[in-house]
Amino acid sequence: MFGFIVNRLIATIPVLGMVAIFVFLMLRLTPGDPAAVLAGDNGTPQQIAEIREALGLNEPIPVQLGIWFSNLLQGDFGQSYFFKKDVTELILLRVGPTVALATTTLIITIIVAIPLGIIAAYLHGTWIDRGVMAFSVAGFSIPVFVLGYILVYLFALEIKLFPVQGYKPLADGFWPFIHHLVLPSITLSVIYIALIARITRASVLEILNEDYIRTAYAKGLKPTKVLMKHALRNAAVPIVTVIGIGIALLIGGVVVTESVFNIPGLGRLTVDAVLGRDYPTIQAVIIVFSFVYVLINLLIDLSYSLLDPRIRY
Amino acid sequence: MTESTHNLVDSAASADASARKATLWQQLLRNPSVLIGASILALMVMMSLLAPVLGTMDPSEINPAWRNKHPGFEHLKTFADGSEAQWSYRLGTDTLGRDTYSRVIYGAQVSLAVGLIVAVLSIAIGLTIGLVSGYIRWLDAIVMRVMDGLMAIPGILLAIALVSLSSAGLGTVILAITIPEIPRVVRLVRAIVLSIREEPYVEAAISVGTSLPLILIRHVLPNTIAPLIVQGTYICASAILVEAILSFLGVGIPPEIPTWGNIMAEGRVLFRLFPHNILYPGIFLAITVLAVNMLGDGLRDTLDPRMRERI
Amino acid sequence: MNWGRKIAQGAMAAALAAPMMAGLGTAASAETTLRVVMHSDLKIVDPIWTTAYMSRNYGYMVYDTLFAMDENTNIHPQMVDSYTVSDDKKTYTFTLRDGLAWHDGAPVTSEDCIASIKRWAKKDGMGQKLMEFVKEMKAVDAKTFQMVLNEPYGLVTTSLAKPSSNVPFMMPKRVADTSADEQITDYTGSGPFIFKADEWRPGDVAVFAKNTAYVPRKEPASWGSGGKVVNVDRVEWISIKDHQTAVNALIEGEVDYLESPPTDLLPLMEGAEGVTAKILNPLGNQFMFRLNHLHPPFDNVKIRRAALAAIDQIGFLQAVIGNPDYYKECPAMFVCGTSLATDKGAEIIMKSDIPLAKKLLAEAGYDGTPVVVMQSTDVDVLNNLGPVAADKLKRAGFNVDLQAMDWQTLVSRRSKKEKPADGGWNVFMTSWTAADILNPIMAAGFRANCGDAWFGWPCDAEMEKLRDRFARETNPDEQKLIAVDIQVRALEIATHANAGQWYGPSAWRSDRVSDVIGGPMPIFWNLSKK
Repeated sequence: MFGFIVNRLIATIPVLGMVAIFVFLMLRLTPGDPAAVLAGDNGTPQQIAEIREALGLNEPIPVQLGIWFSNLLQGDFGQSYFFKKDVTELILLRVGPTVALATTTLIITIIVAIPLGIIAAYLHGTWIDRGVMAFSVAGFSIPVFVLGYILVYLFALEIKLFPVQGYKPLADGFWPFIHHLVLPSITLSVIYIALIARITRASVLEILNEDYIRTAYAKGLKPTKVLMKHALRNAAVPIVTVIGIGIALLIGGVVVTESVFNIPGLGRLTVDAVLGRDYPTIQAVIIVFSFVYVLINLLIDLSYSLLDPRIRY
Repeated sequence: MTESTHNLVDSAASADASARKATLWQQLLRNPSVLIGASILALMVMMSLLAPVLGTMDPSEINPAWRNKHPGFEHLKTFADGSEAQWSYRLGTDTLGRDTYSRVIYGAQVSLAVGLIVAVLSIAIGLTIGLVSGYIRWLDAIVMRVMDGLMAIPGILLAIALVSLSSAGLGTVILAITIPEIPRVVRLVRAIVLSIREEPYVEAAISVGTSLPLILIRHVLPNTIAPLIVQGTYICASAILVEAILSFLGVGIPPEIPTWGNIMAEGRVLFRLFPHNILYPGIFLAITVLAVNMLGDGLRDTLDPRMRERI
Repeated sequence: MNWGRKIAQGAMAAALAAPMMAGLGTAASAETTLRVVMHSDLKIVDPIWTTAYMSRNYGYMVYDTLFAMDENTNIHPQMVDSYTVSDDKKTYTFTLRDGLAWHDGAPVTSEDCIASIKRWAKKDGMGQKLMEFVKEMKAVDAKTFQMVLNEPYGLVTTSLAKPSSNVPFMMPKRVADTSADEQITDYTGSGPFIFKADEWRPGDVAVFAKNTAYVPRKEPASWGSGGKVVNVDRVEWISIKDHQTAVNALIEGEVDYLESPPTDLLPLMEGAEGVTAKILNPLGNQFMFRLNHLHPPFDNVKIRRAALAAIDQIGFLQAVIGNPDYYKECPAMFVCGTSLATDKGAEIIMKSDIPLAKKLLAEAGYDGTPVVVMQSTDVDVLNNLGPVAADKLKRAGFNVDLQAMDWQTLVSRRSKKEKPADGGWNVFMTSWTAADILNPIMAAGFRANCGDAWFGWPCDAEMEKLRDRFARETNPDEQKLIAVDIQVRALEIATHANAGQWYGPSAWRSDRVSDVIGGPMPIFWNLSKK
């Protein structure tokens, strides 16, 4: 098991290296000039030229890549062009809100989606099942921001139940923290609920047809016990897999949701950095997101052995 | 000897295929998901193609004097040929006084085209890479590392960066949505290739000395069609959504070309005062994506029952 | 149990605090924090290094200026107590007023001011012009310094009172000695607020605390001049990207002040209780229609004039601002309502004269060369300008290629001198705060020194001569006459067009915030919050 983890961690290095080179080249080979942005709305051509020189953007691309890569190996992401702060520091400031949003979203999703999927599977073919399936297709089809606006309109503006925007850290108290996260988390979880409810239903349905479940029923076990003990446990592997796949989906959703609800997280940092051509920040954020993605998928692979004793590494 | 065994192996496969084909249509027509999805989609396609005759005007024609009007607003309009008539803005106007109804109808063209082109492109590219790397083992390792790297970058971030860093245009947007989809197609194709490589009839073909390209085209390709069609519909649905999200974030197709995404993006600042610019394109967008998804579900259930287990 | 203990602790603290509060009386009423949404994020905390308006706004919080302009565009000493000009008009002697101190407690000295002027003059166009005339600057004593000129210059105090980017803010010598090409990292100023660098979360919130040691002037505050009396303890600039979200937050009372909500959203606020929207910047802003003189077709003056004939101001104003209360058709390139305002030579831009445009195009033999119009799509107040310009140019018979991009791409691309087909451009539009374009030295668009001019690179010796005469002239009446000639010349050779004047309102919670004063920049002194 330990060897497996080490191997997998080593295997992520080439992946992240690929990501790093790809992102670097993408930024350098597309038009757009950070110096012009930095010089400001009325910057003169002379000012822009001076800034470009100062940032080292006049160096040949291979040289720039080399400098950046050697710094990267020492764990140094460089300094943001704008804020003159270390990118690492900027990212650390923004991690909190994004992690909070992703966590509440995951919790809501799991609380809602898995029971929904199980119920739909158990009541296979009834109108409840069809309702769940219809919801899950619909949930997939509504753009996140449209849903966000509708929820703000209904619950923040019309019945004033939740704040319109913003984020409060947990340090400000539990209630303000949750109060600000409810609408964004619901917005973000709908698409996720749709996905997980579907996969839960499919996995449970498949297992309900297996012989040992029939045996369990024949033994006279209660349906709820059969569902919980046998069916769900065996359906867990595909469900967890999909949660992993969904992380990419979640990251995309976070970017949009953060800008609708004005949450100062990593998603907004990325969009701002891209629009401002803040190369060091864009590079770092994409590498961090990729690392998180790889890491979560590793954790998911490990969790298989917990969920399904037949899987051993 | 080679010639006859060839035929034997081939005809065994194709007889099986034609038998399936016969019942396939019946199965598809019996599936309500396919029926509903396909009909809605057909309606949308027709609407987009017939846009010029559906009582629309030039969707890019600006008229600042009639900006921000609610649905149903009417005024005397002078047309290009000099004639005058009472014109009704069925779905209101936007901040430049453009006709939202015309923009939504014409917007269908772009949104559908983006969905279709992205699906076809990513499948074509993914299929090629997947087939080749599934068969050439030394290449496989390299390709899969590249694909792992690409897959690790969240698709939407990649698209945002690609579009906003190069010039915004239809081509860039399509490319930016396509690239993140490719690794998923490659993985799917490669998985199928790997499983088929061990099938007896393929091993038979190899043993009789059939050339590699021929094996790929005759034996492997047909097996990828069904899952790829299904995958294609999902890519199409997601591409339509991603286009809208890119437009929403301000890095989408230029507003000269109306798409559902950029109509909403331009309307979002005034959502509370003039919700029509978000509402109507939003409804069309949701219905279209819904239809594509339903079609995809239906196709999956009929074409590829095994896949149902996987997703 | 944990919770129980926490509550008990809280109650204890409150019980202990209550008598103390009572003892201190009204002075210790709860800390007041003004929550503000500015037009954009604070990105660069060096107002000399960049011209970005947000950095200028930051500068007005943290720094002070030697001179300042009031609401009648008159110049007053601000950090300067008094100054004298020698009879030959070549030596200016400035004496700093008492009580000026940096945020770290050190007094403001002559050396600090000289170093600050030098750094500013490296970057700013008006500063560079000033330095052409300055022979030397020297400290007489800790509070007195002299500026010695080669020959008389009419704009010495006007330059030092420059109200908008780049503003000559005073910084400590150690900070001002930083190269002008490098961003400063020491945030010490002497202004009415102190920047809380440790609480700054870029892209989220920037925090300013009241500078309790600041000694305001006695005169009433007017724009950047007069007494900067701060009545709130903290000002927080909160970043909200989406205008509608910001307006919602104001209506719900989550923030107190919006610097510039779009006029289209005003109806939302009109219905809301306790919210006021008002124009705080009386001179407003001016749209600019800029042509690239380097490349066909606009290397031909007739074709440039044809473009000016094709456009009009009302088209832009209607499409972008919409509500006539917030815009004005204004022929004056140096802004309506100022001393240099004139309508001479401006007929060509006041109405869309398509027949004239077509005639000029025919005379010039326009061959259908495509015209690349850059449209910025992510800044609301600029978004609609491109399509309207393209529409008018098309009507006149131009072959228009409207290219949409975000503002950041636009500013990158406008600096490119390449042909439009190779990544260059023909036309773009932008907006200027009126305070940036009050005279032809300040306003970058009038420079016509070819390759070194502002983007668009007009090349005209006559214009350069006029500008130089303006700079040397010390008599305001003569200056005005030259400014009229400059406007006429600018439109004759079509350096650019003033495409309409508009006024952005600010909005605030009038039930909590009072005594808000206006200016060409947002002002957070004088106002108070309940």
